[in-house]
Amino acid sequence: MARYGMVIDTKKCVGCQDCVIACEAENNVPEGFCRDWITTESSGKFPTIEMEIRTERCNHCTDAPCVSCCPTGASHYHDVGGVVLVTHGECIGCKACIASCPYDARYVHPEGYVDKCTFCIHRVENGKDPACVSVCPTHCMYFGDLDDPSSKVSQLLKSRKNHSLIPEAGTKPNIYYLT
Amino acid sequence: MQEITTTRHNHLIDPTLHVWGWEIPIYLFLGGMVAGMMLISGYFLFKGRHKETNCSCYYLPYMSMVLLSLGMLALFLDLEHKLYVWRLYTTFQITSAMSWGSWILVLVYPILMINILLRPPKILEDKLPIIIEWKNKLHANPIWIKNIGVISMFFGAGIGLYTGVLLSSLGARPLWSSSILWLLFLVSGLSGAAAFVHVIAKNVYERELLAKADNAFLIIELFVIALFIIGLKTATQVQSNAADMLLNGEFASSFWVFVIGIGIVIPLIIQLLAVNHKIHHTPIAPLMVILGGLILRFIIVAAGQYSHWFALN
Repeated sequence: MARYGMVIDTKKCVGCQDCVIACEAENNVPEGFCRDWITTESSGKFPTIEMEIRTERCNHCTDAPCVSCCPTGASHYHDVGGVVLVTHGECIGCKACIASCPYDARYVHPEGYVDKCTFCIHRVENGKDPACVSVCPTHCMYFGDLDDPSSKVSQLLKSRKNHSLIPEAGTKPNIYYLT
Repeated sequence: MQEITTTRHNHLIDPTLHVWGWEIPIYLFLGGMVAGMMLISGYFLFKGRHKETNCSCYYLPYMSMVLLSLGMLALFLDLEHKLYVWRLYTTFQITSAMSWGSWILVLVYPILMINILLRPPKILEDKLPIIIEWKNKLHANPIWIKNIGVISMFFGAGIGLYTGVLLSSLGARPLWSSSILWLLFLVSGLSGAAAFVHVIAKNVYERELLAKADNAFLIIELFVIALFIIGLKTATQVQSNAADMLLNGEFASSFWVFVIGIGIVIPLIIQLLAVNHKIHHTPIAPLMVILGGLILRFIIVAAGQYSHWFALN
């Protein structure tokens, strides 16, 4: 089975937020909320300061705690690519999944259910890239099957230094950042 | 220097997580109290104390039912998608502590009902004469009553430990990432319930016994809190930081004053003096214990949400 993931080149990301706007438009994200966002991390000591700009979202973890803690099964792995989704009609809004996510990637939609990034599965199933990937002006985002060694994402991970976020939380995140 | 800025601005998520407000601590507190009451009442049934007409095992199940219902109401109020609450009972998710809890809570009601059958309300006996028959059958079989006591204790312990497991199963929150949280909530529930029964018990022997038992529970609770803190301090950096929030950080003043001071140490001293007949028993000490138990839940729920991993490169 495929394992969908993203690879984001932090050397190319300029933090323009096009991906954020594209996601909000594509998925009718309610005003005041976001499914993806820009994080800027600065480290070091002047004058040797490093900065990493990256676009973040749900990591669609392989061992997703939000799925295992959901009392109704609303949070689940999609058949296609192991994408983590929420069935709105099954979500009771208990918020256990929000508390269980080390990335704080979920929020309560004003209609009551818990919402998050879907990797734009409705587009992916029609052969398109997620909205955020498709609009990126610097082409810093790549989407594909991490289990397919010939995919662009797998090739990039083989050839470039990379890291994921909070791997120590043990959730096996599926978004990687090229450094 | 390491600095992180984010453009994320989701309500209840940023700047710090606060998706669970007053409802969950209230629910955990009432769940703990019910757990303690079922353990106490079950113990009295097991020991055959139902032969005493003013045994607290006759009225504790009523109170447990009221408190449990209030707790479940709080839980319901916390839900954001309330009309879908029935979805909890169309499935059983084996990896979800909340799913376990919702089914345990449903099983507890019939157990409390059976407890109530030992002395049903007069109005029920008048309307349904068969209830009297069942009551007589129960009283004619002391072994059944003993078994009801054991089952009550079993499910009481189940609720008590579940309230802790619910939080500790959410590993993303370093403060809750402790395998001893269930014991803390169970002992705290027991001490709160013992304090409550000590205040309301009509039977003098039970009042004395529960004052002594409460002292033991409070001492155990102090040890468990110490182990909880030591466990966090000797774990990962984020867990150590989480413990610091209680020891000398954002939640330290309320933790030391309300949980340790007012909730455990001061009532323990008062009750130790009372059981040794140095001073008269006072309802102040048990009320302090109950208040401490309530504030413990508020602090653990709020501080747990405040604690988090750092997404650093």
